[in-house]
Amino acid sequence: MNPVNYLYLAALLFTIGAAGVLIRRNAIVVFMCIELMLNACNLAFVVFSRMHGNLDGQIIAFFTMVVAAAEVVVGLAIIVSIFRTRHTASVDDASLMKL
Amino acid sequence: MENLIALLVAAPLAGAALLLCGGRRLDRAGHWIGTLLALGSFALAVPLFTELLGRDAEHRTLHQHLFSWIPVGGFQADVAFQLDQLSMTFVLLITGVGSLIHIYSIGYMEHDERRRRFFGYLNLFLAAMLLLVLADNYLLLYVGWEGVGLASYLLIGFWQHKPSAATAAKKAFLVNRVGDVGLSIAIMLMFTTFGTFAFGPVLGAAGETSEGKLTAIGVMLLLAACGKSAQVPLQSWLGDAMEGPTPVSALIHAATMVTAGVYLITRSGAIFNGAPDAQTAVVVVGAVTLLFGAIVGCAKDDIKKALAGSTMSQIGYMILAAGLGPIGYAFAIMHLVTHGFFKAGLFLGAGSVMHGMNDEVDMRRYGGLRKYMPVTFITFGLGYLAIIGFPGLSGFFSKDKIIEAAFAKGGTEGWILGGAALLGAAITAFYMTRVMLMTFFGEERWRKAPTPSPAEPSVEPAAETRGEYTPPHPHESPRSMTIPMILLAVGSVFAGGLFSINEAFVTWLEPVTSVDHGHPPLSASAITTATIVVMVLGVGLACLQYGRKPVPAVAPRGSLLTRAARRDLLQDDFNHVVLVRGGGELTRALVQLDHSVVDGAVNGTAASMGGLSGRLRQAQNGFARSYAVQMLGGAAVLIAVTLLMRGV
Repeated sequence: MNPVNYLYLAALLFTIGAAGVLIRRNAIVVFMCIELMLNACNLAFVVFSRMHGNLDGQIIAFFTMVVAAAEVVVGLAIIVSIFRTRHTASVDDASLMKL
Repeated sequence: MENLIALLVAAPLAGAALLLCGGRRLDRAGHWIGTLLALGSFALAVPLFTELLGRDAEHRTLHQHLFSWIPVGGFQADVAFQLDQLSMTFVLLITGVGSLIHIYSIGYMEHDERRRRFFGYLNLFLAAMLLLVLADNYLLLYVGWEGVGLASYLLIGFWQHKPSAATAAKKAFLVNRVGDVGLSIAIMLMFTTFGTFAFGPVLGAAGETSEGKLTAIGVMLLLAACGKSAQVPLQSWLGDAMEGPTPVSALIHAATMVTAGVYLITRSGAIFNGAPDAQTAVVVVGAVTLLFGAIVGCAKDDIKKALAGSTMSQIGYMILAAGLGPIGYAFAIMHLVTHGFFKAGLFLGAGSVMHGMNDEVDMRRYGGLRKYMPVTFITFGLGYLAIIGFPGLSGFFSKDKIIEAAFAKGGTEGWILGGAALLGAAITAFYMTRVMLMTFFGEERWRKAPTPSPAEPSVEPAAETRGEYTPPHPHESPRSMTIPMILLAVGSVFAGGLFSINEAFVTWLEPVTSVDHGHPPLSASAITTATIVVMVLGVGLACLQYGRKPVPAVAPRGSLLTRAARRDLLQDDFNHVVLVRGGGELTRALVQLDHSVVDGAVNGTAASMGGLSGRLRQAQNGFARSYAVQMLGGAAVLIAVTLLMRGV
């Protein structure tokens, strides 16, 4: 199968993720969309790795997964903490960090 | 002998330091210390003079290098002295006449409780003037130049409790500053042109320098000379300087200060010789001033102000002669020396008259004083004959030579300058005769109570005039005052004749100033006759107006010219309108410009930055999703730009 199709898939997934981040208000959903975007990128890396015949892309995909795992830990902790204090998971309600 | 030169300056300088820092314990001896140090300087000058006389004409220049003042690479400022024929002449005049004025001041300032300070200032004045004439470079000359300005400021404002004296001192200082700027620019120009400002190299190289540069330097030097020598257009301080004690006026007008400009131009002769345009400016200034001062002198009723006008006019003669180049330098200096004698004598005489008349200065309140003050009358009279150029007296020889030199300039210029000088001689005879007649002859107007002048209705009649008026008791001054006057009168009578024997003075100065007799269009005897004729005319006219008729005790309204001349030919009004008001307008406009343009630019930048930041701040709304949009948009733009750049 033509690897370019995987790239289309990756672009589609990224777009869905980005749209979800921008449109959805629930912090958990936004968070999942971010994961979606990261994994779309991972997919693209792996495809490029395959196309170019070297392992650089796959290694970067691993790095991304490691960083994403760490980010999930921190991000979920923040979301839980916000939910506990404000009783809501809407990202628009956490808008105090402004001038 | 060279090592003595510095002592000439050091003696009065030490006197000034001692008297000004010594405190009250020197009050009793202060005037003696000051006078002795001035005399000491003169006593040093005499052997130096005989030493110079004993040498060949070519080797009459002594140098003394004291120390390097500011050695910085190519910029070498030395404290070094040069004593040549020109400086020697000035040194003798300054110390000689200066010492006589010191002696006179002992009597004149006897009742002034600040006499010690007065003598300290007098010594400072002498020291500064000696430094000015003995310096061997323009920078050191500038130090003396400023010192003279400072000392004159202190002395003119000596009676600082009088607001008029304080104002006059400030005026003299400020007007002098204008000239000083000229001198400093001239020195800077010299440094950029010649790389040095020592007399030797600068004057030596002046011959090979372009005329434009020499003209620029010359005009700046002329500006400087105008300030110090009270020449048009910087003449306005001289009349007001009469607020100082009379010995100060004598010192400023005869021995120091106003002669500095003549010295500067004569010393810089080599520069002016190479710049005919600057020379023309000098002669024009001289000719205008000699008529200006003479006209002012005719209208003044204040005896000292009449003499001040006369000084302005006589210095005008000297500047005119100095502007003529080698034809005139020597005569300018000769007139300067003879003028030093008779003007000092006249001022001391005027001071003596004031001393006997309870400090009255209005000549309309004098009259018939010759009986009461015979010595003053005779010495003043001899000074008077000298200044109007009575044949055989000092002024005759020097002024006649200047008039001859003016004619010898040649062409129309020569006729105009010669004519102006002749006219000046006639007016000089007129106003000096007027002073003489109003002071020493005629009815004794001081016996009657003064009537308030209609010209100045604001002046309240003094309390004594309303009730019982006690007329002053004119009396001869003490011997400490009359002896200097007698000595100066002797100088006024004989100096000119002595200088003219075999042209001794001209020959003496020739190595410094070089001498050129020019080609006068008229024979010397014709010019001399003309000088005598105009002098007699002037005297006759004054006798008709002030001798035959009684002098009114209150000044008549007078013609338009008289009224203008009483106001110093509107010099102060001119300065007020053009400089004070014009300057005010200019500063106001500049302030306006500063507020609108400069501040506007700065404040505008700040305000627009503030406005822009306010707009940008709107983006910081705290909503994470809007930040996400911005990041996405930014990333999209970056990628788009990267792709586009690759495509190109």
